[in-house]
Amino acid sequence: MSTWEEEKIHDDATYESSLDTIDGSIATLNLGPTHPATHGIFQNVLKVDGEKILGSEQTIGYIHRAFEKLAERRPYNQITTITDRLNYCSSPINNIGWHMTVEKLIGAEIPKRAQYMRVIIMELARISDHLVCNAVIGVDTGALTGFTYLFQQREKIYDLFEEVCGARLTTNMGRIGGFERDFSPAFNEKLEAFLRDFPKVFNEFDTLLSRNRIFMDRTRGAGPISAERALEYSFTGPNLRAAGVDYDVRVMEPYCSYEDFDFVVPVGTTGDTYDRFQVRQEEIRQSIRIIEQALAKMPEGSYKADLPEFYLPPKEEVYNNMEALIYHFKIVMGETPIPAGEVYHCVEGGNGELGFYLISDGGRTPYRLQFRRPCFIYYQAYPEMITGSSISDAVLTLSSMNVIAGELDA
Amino acid sequence: MGKIEDLEVFNGEGYQLSRLDKVIAAARANSVWPLPFATSCCGIEYMGSMGSNYDVARFGMERMSFSPRQADLLIVAGTISKKLAPILKQVYEQMSEPKWVLSVGACASSGGIFDTYSVLQGIDRVIPVDVYVPGCPPRPEQIIDGIMKIHELVKHEGMRNRYSDEYKAKLDKYNIEVNGK
Amino acid sequence: MASKLTNEAVIERIKSQFGSDILSAETPYDFLTIEVQANKQHEIIEWLKKDEILKISFLTNLGGVHYPEQVGREFAVVYHLQSMTNNFRLRLKIYVSKENPEVDTIVDLHTGANWMERETFDFFGITFKGHPNLVRILNEDSMDYFPMRKEYHLEDGTREDKDDRFFGR
Repeated sequence: MSTWEEEKIHDDATYESSLDTIDGSIATLNLGPTHPATHGIFQNVLKVDGEKILGSEQTIGYIHRAFEKLAERRPYNQITTITDRLNYCSSPINNIGWHMTVEKLIGAEIPKRAQYMRVIIMELARISDHLVCNAVIGVDTGALTGFTYLFQQREKIYDLFEEVCGARLTTNMGRIGGFERDFSPAFNEKLEAFLRDFPKVFNEFDTLLSRNRIFMDRTRGAGPISAERALEYSFTGPNLRAAGVDYDVRVMEPYCSYEDFDFVVPVGTTGDTYDRFQVRQEEIRQSIRIIEQALAKMPEGSYKADLPEFYLPPKEEVYNNMEALIYHFKIVMGETPIPAGEVYHCVEGGNGELGFYLISDGGRTPYRLQFRRPCFIYYQAYPEMITGSSISDAVLTLSSMNVIAGELDA
Repeated sequence: MGKIEDLEVFNGEGYQLSRLDKVIAAARANSVWPLPFATSCCGIEYMGSMGSNYDVARFGMERMSFSPRQADLLIVAGTISKKLAPILKQVYEQMSEPKWVLSVGACASSGGIFDTYSVLQGIDRVIPVDVYVPGCPPRPEQIIDGIMKIHELVKHEGMRNRYSDEYKAKLDKYNIEVNGK
Repeated sequence: MASKLTNEAVIERIKSQFGSDILSAETPYDFLTIEVQANKQHEIIEWLKKDEILKISFLTNLGGVHYPEQVGREFAVVYHLQSMTNNFRLRLKIYVSKENPEVDTIVDLHTGANWMERETFDFFGITFKGHPNLVRILNEDSMDYFPMRKEYHLEDGTREDKDDRFFGR
């Protein structure tokens, strides 16, 4: 090696730090903000000794979009567009959760049929949310096959959403008081086909990974958290259940007639990546069960509550009927009267308890709307979960926690 | 595999003649390596277009280049906040010439519904953009249509374009230096 | 699953312990809401966590609210607490003034409060005494105002294509 080359390499800071690592002292590694292994924009500065992580520091807020400030400027029926983009893997749950919050505030009674329809939609959304997470765990362990299987099924769920509301991902689904229209015959056909075909593909995916020696070796013991620590960190959802706490909002505080359905809340024991994977797998199966029950028991009735102040009247009535014209005007201009009050409503979102803390002062927009975003709350436990493990386990832990950037950064 | 339609060739016995710049452009257009800078909702739709149903691999794009150095096409899918803007610019600067930028979705193109204190109102405030895809989020078909438009640009990319004064002036507006000069 | 506790029983038990520190107790939409003295919330939350009967040991949510017209109590910090064993929820509020928006941290009681308090600081400028790392979390460090306060605008005004006449402003 010539002297020139030697000098050049010694000037190079990275070379210095890699020398440090060889000596057994500590190096710094930037995982993110844009890193091939992290799905989304998160920054983790790791202190590593070789492969072993000694500690880490997180930076978030790279996609901060000011949802809460935005919500203070928008009429109630326009806030669904914001909730869509919270956890965009399961937008309908957020939409319906928000609608239920407003219904709680105005004291609306929702017909049983609309509630059952909501259950079907929310469980489909939960499936599509968990599918992304589990497919990505597969990708991060090196098994891309599962991803291609599951994304085909996810497209089917998108087709179903499209049939109901016309959109795929950011669905803006439903209205305050129910849905904008009833399920179409095409939806019912497609849903039946989905319920018939999906379990087969899903079981195939399950056999690919669940008892796969490599997958198990790779995921068991990666990023564990105990039930006590998880509760300290205010975990909810699949991540808390994987640690062994059977807390599920659908059971503890049933909304939308969840008490009518028979389903199991799966729990894990160690709270590691494998348990999180398995809890989500089982929840997908339970969601299918709930959808089947809801379809079988689907009551007759209306798909919406009698709330003319939140439903655009048919066009011919707007032209011919004074009352309909007033409602039309009020909805379009966002002048629907709302009582003053303070409510907290929560639903079991894809990642845990998704809460809406709404303060209304009777004005056209919320005075304050705070979202309890499960991702934001549990992602802070990440450094604790990865300390002492290897870098590759840290990547797996991140994907198995299913941190959705939109929900994390608000 | 995309077809090479615009390529004029002269076939002789045992040889084939064509213009070198056209051949290179056609080869490039059929093997664009994208760097997905996927931040939010649009990123999920981009994953959808990578998935088995829409499959961008049909266009020679199955190789996602997560390292900017080897990437030809920067696909910005999702909201870019002011906090993230310098990072996006850095990633763009690290890419080697020739490079193209596809802005996917309303947020990346204009800020979209998020006209707020924290969101950059369109990535064209920090880097030059070649093709904009509207939608919130755009369907995978739309994203693929945007990619097709990029392919069209790549096919007509001359050998000396990136050394031209016009190109330098365009990058100067963004305070970016032309790579590899 | 119905709760094992009633609002009345809980408020009675809390009042027997912290009589004068509880400024008001209401149940809007059947959700027990108590307002307490600003410097007492740490003590009360600690007691709620350790109490054998209530077991309100889970922090659901923490956030701020800005009421610019309430002079002397402009900022509210709202804690949503929960008992998973008893399936009971409680909302606890404290008010602080704009001049001295400082409250005690509860990170030592609930580890998860760390980021929620940082977010509240980031949005409202409410400082949490004793917080291990009270810096901005979602916004850039260079930001010089607290965006969720009512006096600040939502937009940053960099868009030239928005004509106010078309937006009714």
